[in-house]
Amino acid sequence: MSWSYLWSILFISLHAMVPITLTAVGEIFGETAGLFNIGLEGILLVSAFTGALAAESGGAVIGLLTGMGTGAIIGFIFSVINTYWKGNQMITGIGINLFALGFVAFGLIVLGAPGFHAVPAESRLVPIRTPVGSISPIILVALALPFAAHWFLKRTRFGLILKATGESPEAADVAGIRVNLVRLLATTFGGVLAGLAGAYISVAWIGSVTKEISAGRGFISLATVVFSGLNPVLALLGGFIFGFFESLATWIRNLPGSKAVPWQFIAMTPYIVTLLVVAGVIGRVRFPKALGKPYIRE
Amino acid sequence: MSTGIPNNRLRLLERAKRALPALTPALESLLAGIVGLLVGALIMWIGGYDPWKAYVALFRGAYRDMYGFASSLARGTPLILTALTFSICMRAGMFNIGAEGQVYGGALAAVTVGYFALPSGLHIIMGLIFAMLAGAAWSLVPALLKLTRGVHEVISTIMFNWIARFFAFYLVANVLVDPIRAEKTISVPASARLPILVHGTDLSYGLFVSVFFALVIYFLLWHTTAGYELRAAGLNPTAAHYGGINSKRTVLLSFILGGLGAGLAGATIVMGLPPTYAVYSGLPQLANVGFDGMAVAMVGRNHPIGILIAALFFGGMNAGGRMMQIIAGVPLEMVRVVEGIIVVALAIPELVRLFRFFRNRWRSLWRREPA
Repeated sequence: MSWSYLWSILFISLHAMVPITLTAVGEIFGETAGLFNIGLEGILLVSAFTGALAAESGGAVIGLLTGMGTGAIIGFIFSVINTYWKGNQMITGIGINLFALGFVAFGLIVLGAPGFHAVPAESRLVPIRTPVGSISPIILVALALPFAAHWFLKRTRFGLILKATGESPEAADVAGIRVNLVRLLATTFGGVLAGLAGAYISVAWIGSVTKEISAGRGFISLATVVFSGLNPVLALLGGFIFGFFESLATWIRNLPGSKAVPWQFIAMTPYIVTLLVVAGVIGRVRFPKALGKPYIRE
Repeated sequence: MSTGIPNNRLRLLERAKRALPALTPALESLLAGIVGLLVGALIMWIGGYDPWKAYVALFRGAYRDMYGFASSLARGTPLILTALTFSICMRAGMFNIGAEGQVYGGALAAVTVGYFALPSGLHIIMGLIFAMLAGAAWSLVPALLKLTRGVHEVISTIMFNWIARFFAFYLVANVLVDPIRAEKTISVPASARLPILVHGTDLSYGLFVSVFFALVIYFLLWHTTAGYELRAAGLNPTAAHYGGINSKRTVLLSFILGGLGAGLAGATIVMGLPPTYAVYSGLPQLANVGFDGMAVAMVGRNHPIGILIAALFFGGMNAGGRMMQIIAGVPLEMVRVVEGIIVVALAIPELVRLFRFFRNRWRSLWRREPA
């Protein structure tokens, strides 16, 4: 295997890394504040759809913004249910995923093409031309964001407030922090990032919407958060690892003469790797004490 | 009695008061259902459809005549089983999202009985057992990952769903493939098919398999020690631990029971589905049965009896959805949108209380006297 092959895989990995990293960083904010959102998969799916739709009428930037807005709305609904209304986070997440599954399939039929909708080339995000190849600008966002997030969470007062609401909401409440409001903001922000990731998939990367466009990436992001131990910079690394295996699978599938291994087995690898990685790192990771529990003032 | 109310009426009031807490879950499910249908109507309206026409077509298609009713029951049959898969783990305090993959496993295992020749009764039993074993085996790995490595079951079961999907694609296309028709697997032989219950519909004896399994689970959970321990672990893990309940055993038990149910769901589909009794590439009849089951479980409040009722509702939505598609032109997928909203609504505890709160606030707006 020559170096150019390796380079092309790494290059595709960079693109595949983006949605996982963005979603994972958003979820790190949410989990730090104490909310566990398994509806990320649904947010990715719906925002990929709405983002593509908006991009067609208003251009790629509008598409990305619409994706973020969609993520914000779903994230906000999730937050309100699980902060002020003391809901069950798991069940809300499951509901969001079910809703997304139906909504996108429904929307695709309304658009007239059951199961598949291509985003026209002129509506896609224009990549930046660099000497090594064309790079989507969102890749730069995904590369920079984890460091900014790390700084925000570890070095600022707001980061500390976020951590307090996740570790000990009672103490935070006594200190005058509005626990539910902080949680609401954190999870809505997580929704915004997941929305950006979803719109990136359809508008900037793959260029089409299908019923299964998110392909489990929301859950792989959750696994990445576990892997990272709530450290955004490690989430970048995790995103890259998962992106790499995903690209490797696609690459091997498209390789001429690769019929020795059935494609279905190659398509499984990202999910198997996710399982192995999570099984490998768990135990050394510590999560916020109040993760997954609504805060009820006594 | 100083209140002046006759004694027997007072007793009746007392009884009604006691029955009320048991009624609240049902009321919540009903309210969530209404919320789901209303938001669904809104989305249909935005999409340019007539929601009223759609719902009339849906409910007429689902329940008006014998054919619709039988179709609803037929769609509900596997949902009862996948709902139980979710509920058993939920009762034990875990979220098992893996029914979807286990259904694929069960259905394909049931297809393999086509390679054997047996007398009819035995052949059916063999298919059911194969499917249950496949479902349980697929369920066992996430359980073991949880016990030995602490992998959260939501992540592991979802990953297993995706792995199962591609593995099923492989089996349908390469291993169990029909030599004459490449788009489907071999058919379940006539001797292993579940007989049709209502002539002219696709309602099979699979319904009895589902209901029987639900009753078995009810008995297991509420009338045996193991079931008591399972529910205790779900209600309060710490107390259960100090009470000497082996948490590893409850995890294993709930996942295996769930896997048996989901596998069986796959079997009832493939062994009871005319005309070809086979799995097609892309798994059209199997897809989403596991996910829909979660909605059924939650509307049924994770109780076997509640699940039977909820499955009739969701089965009806799926069966009537086809009439909705034909008459009002609304895509069948709308049904899943409504399901998702119902589940989100059910995640809100004391939905009824919230409803009353908003109603009172709304009323107080109107009652306020102009200054």
